[in-house]
Amino acid sequence: MAKEKKTLWQEFSKGIVKENPVLRLVLGTCATLAVSTAAGNAIGMGLATTFVLVCSNAVISLLRNVIPDRVRIPAYITIIAGFVTIVQMFIKAFSPQLDSALGIFLPLIVVNCIILGRAEMFANKNRILPSILDGLGMGIGFTATLLLMGIIRELLGAGTIFDIPVLSGFMDPIIIFILPPGGFFVFGMLIALANKLSGEGKAPEEMGCSGCPLAASCSKLKEKEAAKK
Amino acid sequence: MNAETIKSLVSIFLAAILTENYILNKFLGICPFLGVSKKLNTAVGMSVAVTAVMVISTAVTWPIYTYILTPAGLTYLQTIVFILIIAALVQLIEIILRKFIPSLYNALGIYLPLITTNCAVLGVTMLVIEKGAADPTFGYVQALVNAFGSGIGFLVAMVLFAGVRERLEFCDIPKSLRGLPITLVAASLVAVSFLGFSGLVDGLLGA
Repeated sequence: MAKEKKTLWQEFSKGIVKENPVLRLVLGTCATLAVSTAAGNAIGMGLATTFVLVCSNAVISLLRNVIPDRVRIPAYITIIAGFVTIVQMFIKAFSPQLDSALGIFLPLIVVNCIILGRAEMFANKNRILPSILDGLGMGIGFTATLLLMGIIRELLGAGTIFDIPVLSGFMDPIIIFILPPGGFFVFGMLIALANKLSGEGKAPEEMGCSGCPLAASCSKLKEKEAAKK
Repeated sequence: MNAETIKSLVSIFLAAILTENYILNKFLGICPFLGVSKKLNTAVGMSVAVTAVMVISTAVTWPIYTYILTPAGLTYLQTIVFILIIAALVQLIEIILRKFIPSLYNALGIYLPLITTNCAVLGVTMLVIEKGAADPTFGYVQALVNAFGSGIGFLVAMVLFAGVRERLEFCDIPKSLRGLPITLVAASLVAVSFLGFSGLVDGLLGA
């Protein structure tokens, strides 16, 4: 029993630091870069994604023996899109301001590779409790990273944190940090820092087909591998 | 088609490539941008496939949204319907290419399954709906031109960046910056150069 508790804790905590979806697995980059212009938006986006991630992980884990293997990707996308629509309607109703700030990136949670990636790598192989914890941990890791980037970019680019002026009179805001180039730059620096702190000093895994959550279902890749053998 | 319409189409096309570049200004399609921009030929192949899927998806989703979802009051189903249409279209294109144009399939086929979850494709189909709602003169033709321009903008950014990355290969980079971090810093500098295009389109066409 004690041992099982420990592994459940590991499923939860791995997403926050060791396998942080943004900084270590480099998934969900589009949303990360686009929404982290302000700390408030970052939290909204992080929580919305976490909700979709936990719910879709739970449902996919429950249905893992029902969904035929060949049509699993369309099935996952439909499940995820359903939850995204729920979140979209909820945010539109209760916080129209956040809805307009997140704009197109709210519906685009559907194609956030973190969610499909976790469904493919974890939820379809595990029972419901570990899957929920995995989703929760990954979601918290995603939210924390977005928040960190949001704080850095908002502080340097607008001189505020959560819209409260912090740097007024001390220094002028460096506007480029809330523009697209600043997003790329801060993200690159954070990944470099994560590499440094993880101690191994090894370069992050190469992106491309190997890092793609759909690689397993990509027929062309399999053909290529077979040809190699 | 009068001169005014053609002028507006040209301005939509140029704006989609330069000032509203999907990768560098809107952060859509970052995964393929970082993933397959290492070599010039894969960058071009991916971009051509993305452009084709963008135009075909927009050609299908726009009428479905305007003539089926809106009259039926089902616009909240936009996300689900669009992603399923795109997934189905990508599969269809793959099957048709494999059957009828094997040479093209061999060149582009590898990128097609990856495009289903490319946010640039879903993004363009939704953004043209948004633009159409905001501006009554923005119709079907404008939507298609916008989708095509966005694809070309994607191609421009990918090709430019592939050139930058090939140079990076020979640089002496600090250990923790190697790989992805230095790529992102380089992307940041390319994005700075694209900031220079802001206001260019309006100035050119005197709008």
